[in-house]
Amino acid sequence: MASITLSKVFKSYGSGKTANQVIHGVSAEIHDGEFVVVVGPSGCGKSTLLRMVAGLEEISGGEISIGSRVVNDLEPSERDIAMVFQNYALYPHMSVFDNMAYGLKIARVPKDEIKARVDKAAKILELGQYLNRKPRELSGGQRQRVAMGRAIVRQPQVFLFDEPLSNLDAKLRAHTRLEIQKLHRDLGITSLFVTHDQVEAMTLAQRMIVMNAGIMEQFGTPEEVYARPASTFVATFIGSPPMNLIKEAPGAKPGVTVGIRPEHLDITDSGWALTVDALETLGAERLVYGRWQHGEGYELVIIRCDEGRPVPQLGSTIHVTPRPDRLHYFDTTTGKRI
Amino acid sequence: MVERRPVLTFVSHLILVLGIIIIAFPLYLTFVASTQTAEQITQSIPMSLVPGTNLIETYRTALFGGETSAGSNLSGAARMMWVSLVTALIIPIGKTTISLLSAFAIVYFRFPFRNTVFWLIFITLMLPVEVRIGPTYEVVASLGMLNTYAGLTIPLIASATATFLFRQFFLTVPDELVEAARIDGAGPMRFFRDVLIPLSATSIAALFVIQFIYGWNQYLWPLLMTTHEDMYPVVMGIKRLLGGEAYTEWNVVMATAILAMLPPALVVILMQKWFVKGLVDTEK
Ligand SMILES: Nc1ncnc2c1ncn2[C@@H]1O[C@H](COP(=O)(O)OP(=O)(O)O)[C@@H](O)[C@H]1O
Ligand SMILES: [Mg+2]
Repeated sequence: MASITLSKVFKSYGSGKTANQVIHGVSAEIHDGEFVVVVGPSGCGKSTLLRMVAGLEEISGGEISIGSRVVNDLEPSERDIAMVFQNYALYPHMSVFDNMAYGLKIARVPKDEIKARVDKAAKILELGQYLNRKPRELSGGQRQRVAMGRAIVRQPQVFLFDEPLSNLDAKLRAHTRLEIQKLHRDLGITSLFVTHDQVEAMTLAQRMIVMNAGIMEQFGTPEEVYARPASTFVATFIGSPPMNLIKEAPGAKPGVTVGIRPEHLDITDSGWALTVDALETLGAERLVYGRWQHGEGYELVIIRCDEGRPVPQLGSTIHVTPRPDRLHYFDTTTGKRI
Repeated sequence: MVERRPVLTFVSHLILVLGIIIIAFPLYLTFVASTQTAEQITQSIPMSLVPGTNLIETYRTALFGGETSAGSNLSGAARMMWVSLVTALIIPIGKTTISLLSAFAIVYFRFPFRNTVFWLIFITLMLPVEVRIGPTYEVVASLGMLNTYAGLTIPLIASATATFLFRQFFLTVPDELVEAARIDGAGPMRFFRDVLIPLSATSIAALFVIQFIYGWNQYLWPLLMTTHEDMYPVVMGIKRLLGGEAYTEWNVVMATAILAMLPPALVVILMQKWFVKGLVDTEK
């Protein structure tokens, strides 16, 4: 097993005048055995970053090391990694067994060793009865497991996942999430997992990298990222509904944006006056959209309340009070946490 | 769907039966003629439509030649069938090999003037053998390839249709498959052999059938470049039986025609499953 070190990694597509830089100097240290999730909106460069670690994409600047080796100039097969692709990328004409065994065959692993490894992986992933089938005879979830099996049998230093769950339906996705967690607990292999889904990120990650437009906005545990977002981007990207950001909050200094999560606003008898604009019921909880009028403009403030609380009337005026220790302050121009 | 109605069923069957008769009757006539003697064919007008008794004799003469009852000396089609078979096998095998490799190069490798190369190949699509037959003859003649298998096949192997076909197919293979193979440690030729070729199997089969028939049916090119009797393909042989001697042995002509039809028909029948699959769907 191994750690992964990214130091000032840059990536540009194309060259000369048409060069398009998509990763702008990312540095991060992923510990041995850690499960790190890279999360961000689509197009922010998550896959590019992962593919540079895999060796499928050239590194334009900076250095990537796996363990103590700098891997910039190594072929993917020499990096001791395994990757699970979004569309699984199984060889359509090979049986499940051959799909998993192919890499080992090329590496000239002895036949009985190959069989032992594939059988073991098939047992972990409950694929035993499908070993002779072709990928097209499997369901989406089973294909996904074959793709994971192909990664496991290589016994790599590092697992790389590029949105492996996004082609599954919601129920299967939740189930597979648990399986991946269990797999990581059992095998303890350093993993880098890319997703655009913040729920996936929060539930899977030991630490997460939040990316935006080719920049690493924050790197920390899910708790840290949730409790102390490093920027307004992270504040709104992580958490659903997103954090309320108020530019000219009453009593705040100019140039400072105040952030407060919907669950940290309490409806009280006196305090900040808002007009109820809309209501949403989500079963166990309720979202109240309060309109805060100031000057000519207005801002919508979301309040999350438990189902036990009385329901405010649409159009009525309510008063809310933020919990003082849960307020976040950001620089309005840079968006950074103050 | 069309409704099931007795009248419609009858009409559609009638049309189908008529179609079959139109196509099958000449074949039947050919067969019947090949079972009679030359005298029977020329003397009874119209020709009898009942198979005669001379089948074995006619086919022996057609295949191995010899003196006929009318006194003409025929050379027999066995050697010509062999020449045709070799030609018709070399052409699809050569063509598939070359076009698979060149399509692989064009799609998966970055080299200078890649696009130019593709367009050059593409342009040759517009030049069938007949158009470039003069210069091709010059080249083949000056290379001393007249009356050789090389001369019979190489100019027909060089064409872009198949390259184009495989290029289009390779472009539909997902990039992730290439990447998965790279991570698995497969080099380019290994990927070509283990992944691309198996995936192209049905296209290869379809192409093989088409090119086999194309090679088997060549007439103009062999006519131009073969002068030795032992390099004549069978299609030319039929024509020679018609023209050369004073008296046309129709039964032998028809038997030779049947013999010439058999191998392509066999190839189509044997490879039917693959052939249709290759034309209709691709497994991805
Ligand atoms: N092969 C490529 N050539 C040029 N631009 C690319 C290529 N791959 C990705 N990009 C660009 O890089 C950016 C990041 O892409 P990607 O890493 O795939 O994003 P994500 O995985 O976060 O959705 C996008 O703007 C995309 O258009
Ligand atoms: Mg992506």
